[in-house]
Amino acid sequence: MNSEYTQAELHFRDEVRQFLREKLPEDIRRKTLLGMHLTKDDCVRWQKILHKQGWAAVNWPVEHGGTGWDATRKSIFETECALAGAPEVIPFGMKMVAPVIFTYGNEEQQHRFLPDILASNVWWCQGYSEPNAGSDLASLKTSAYRDGDHYVVNGTKTWTTLAQHADWIFCLVRTGGPQEKNQTAISFLLIDMHSPGISLSPILTLDGYREVNEVHFDNVRVPVENRIGEEGHGWTYAKVLLTHERTNIARVAHSRCQLQRARELASATPDGSGTLMQNPVFAHKFAEIEIELLALEYTELRTLDAVRTGQAPGPESSILKIKGTELAQSIDELHAEIAACGGLPYVPWQLEDDFEGDKVGSDSAINSWLRYFNNRKSSIYGGSNEIQKNIICKAVLGL
Amino acid sequence: MDFSFSEEQQLLRDSVIRFIRQDYGFDIRQKTVTSSAPFNRDYWQTFAELGWLLVPFGEDDGGLGGSAVDIMVVMEEFGKGMVVEPLLASAILAGGLIAETGSAAQKNDWLQPLMDGQLQLAFAFAEPQSRFDLANVATRAEADGEHFVVRGHKTVVLNGGAADTLVVSVRSGTGVSLLAMDSNTPGITRNSYKTVDGHNAAEIYFDAVRVPRANLLGVEGKALPAIEKIIDRATLAICAEAVGAMESALQKTVEYTKTRKQFGTTISSFQALQHRMADMFIECQQARSILMMAAMQLDAGNGVAPRAVSAAKSRIGKAARKVGQEAVQIHGGIGVTDELDVAHLFKRLTSIQYLFGSTDYHTQRFIG
Ligand SMILES: Cc1cc2nc3c(=O)[nH]c(=O)nc-3n(C[C@H](O)[C@H](O)[C@H](O)COP(=O)(O)OP(=O)(O)OC[C@H]3O[C@@H](n4cnc5c(N)ncnc54)[C@H](O)[C@@H]3O)c2cc1C
Repeated sequence: MNSEYTQAELHFRDEVRQFLREKLPEDIRRKTLLGMHLTKDDCVRWQKILHKQGWAAVNWPVEHGGTGWDATRKSIFETECALAGAPEVIPFGMKMVAPVIFTYGNEEQQHRFLPDILASNVWWCQGYSEPNAGSDLASLKTSAYRDGDHYVVNGTKTWTTLAQHADWIFCLVRTGGPQEKNQTAISFLLIDMHSPGISLSPILTLDGYREVNEVHFDNVRVPVENRIGEEGHGWTYAKVLLTHERTNIARVAHSRCQLQRARELASATPDGSGTLMQNPVFAHKFAEIEIELLALEYTELRTLDAVRTGQAPGPESSILKIKGTELAQSIDELHAEIAACGGLPYVPWQLEDDFEGDKVGSDSAINSWLRYFNNRKSSIYGGSNEIQKNIICKAVLGL
Repeated sequence: MDFSFSEEQQLLRDSVIRFIRQDYGFDIRQKTVTSSAPFNRDYWQTFAELGWLLVPFGEDDGGLGGSAVDIMVVMEEFGKGMVVEPLLASAILAGGLIAETGSAAQKNDWLQPLMDGQLQLAFAFAEPQSRFDLANVATRAEADGEHFVVRGHKTVVLNGGAADTLVVSVRSGTGVSLLAMDSNTPGITRNSYKTVDGHNAAEIYFDAVRVPRANLLGVEGKALPAIEKIIDRATLAICAEAVGAMESALQKTVEYTKTRKQFGTTISSFQALQHRMADMFIECQQARSILMMAAMQLDAGNGVAPRAVSAAKSRIGKAARKVGQEAVQIHGGIGVTDELDVAHLFKRLTSIQYLFGSTDYHTQRFIG
């Protein structure tokens, strides 16, 4: 057993560090560290910088422009990015639809879609969930019936993250009858968001941000050539990719970075005759989180090692999802506690560069409660933590 | 032993319940919250007409008695309705200090118009460096003849933007004193805003503000015991508010799970969720119990009240965190949206965790 990096890996790490030092724009770094919502332009700007370096597509095979890195290098890269305050890549194009396209799409589709995803020329969103199909995704009702060389799509998708920016949406739709089995009834369609018949209704999250949308499809005509793979096999494709290797699902590096910031802030926060970090109750709570994070880091490394030695990651990804989100949420809570009532003022706009006027409180305090509120989402989406536990019960414990 | 409400308390409770049910729907509340007004002034007049502004005050001051149990009765229902009108900041806190320390003339100037619904008050005590320590006061008041000259910065002053008169804790002479002042006095700058839970607050800056010595409340340098006493009452008030908010969050969660269907059945049928709601229920009950304990100790006035209030705040803070988070989680995606009342209950419950001292702070204060 040995958890040391090789010389080559250490060298790679230095290279990543240097790149981040030189190329990560300061305004984006600041926003990320403060947990602000990035604009579309911020996200695209950073992804294009990564692309220029050849590091945009960490999980793609080399032939499509991916890095071809092994699990260790991916992990080093993600860690260094998080520690440096680089934003996480918007996953919908790069991490979600692209693997579907390069695994199950035909050559024409690969040529048509992958280069623009790689270069961040188009913005994708994910159309899986529906008002009545959340945890029970397979009950989705959005229908697509065949009319010549088109599908005609009707229905409503919801919780569609940042659909207001999107050029394209990838959807699971029902091409089979309502009684038909999921394994044969659901298809995977790529739909141009500018198609006639698509409309959006914004949904604000509890921090007042337009993060999600309802996407309505009213007789939207989608060329058959936009279907991935075979008709009726979409559910299989989606499922394979859900259990497919998902690096960074535990977000250990992100949590480590936020925990480090929490330490700095708590050390500068007066409390009694000392600082908050010197308060034994706070220090104890802090240490418990730090220890849990350490355990998670090694759980993640064990998973990576299993992948390296050719074992498919199965229910381990459920552990990473549950613990990763719980930890991120408890670190958000530490930040909220450090800010205490300094988190009460609702003035998120004062963090923007162009804000003019008198500021209230400190930037880190102002955003801390909002981030805590917003990140309650992470134990709900991507398969809620309850659903992840059901998976562990079924797949591991045999219950 | 008698844990039941008196007839008057029952009537008071009914009148608040009726108001919330008839006039304070979530949509109406949100209209106020998203408007530029600090709160709904018409409702404040309603509060005055219904006599609720008299609740925190003793009969000698023209109030209804001012017991902690009375305050608890009103605030619990306010918690269910997420009321943003500043009964707490204006009446219980700032009004409470004037009642506690003011002379007859001062009460006539400020308490009477408050109870009539004509005057808004705020208590400015917190400072950027003070965290939860009420004695940590850097705002200074220097004597200058018949005036004090005040310099400093008070932060997150509840109702600070709307207040006509401010009660300010200052360091003067050898201790902490209380000064009342018109919020338009030259030298006062206010930067007001909404808070994340829909209330209003302000940063208030004092730059050589001249305040007549006649506006000193109580004895110079000796205000700390009164401040602690009134903050304890305010702490009990938000504990009661939390108990109301938690019960509302639990009830809405239970109802939602009975209607939301996934996997061909209502999600209420999943035992994984049932047990969590049972835990929420237990939290609500433990919170209510310790709230009543603290209210009775406050009214008994036998010296153990501060410790009892800290016990309540600590335990209720813990419950508020759990119940708020679970209510959101069990709702799924809809739980993190602005359109759902439960998300706003969660935010208010978070504020209550930190207002007037965090859960940990009060556990440590309980230790002594
Ligand atoms: C901010 C945000 C962004 C999102 N972005 C996207 C997106 O871009 N694209 C997209 O397609 N979707 C997105 N989602 C949707 C997300 O995946 C769903 O919210 C999630 O699947 C849960 O579904 P639901 O909200 O309908 O909750 P429900 O399924 O109704 O669940 C409600 C509660 O019941 C629990 N529950 C459900 N079934 C069981 C069970 N069998 N046993 C025990 N407990 C159970 C859940 O865990 C939850 O606590 C997003 C959600 C959020 C909040």
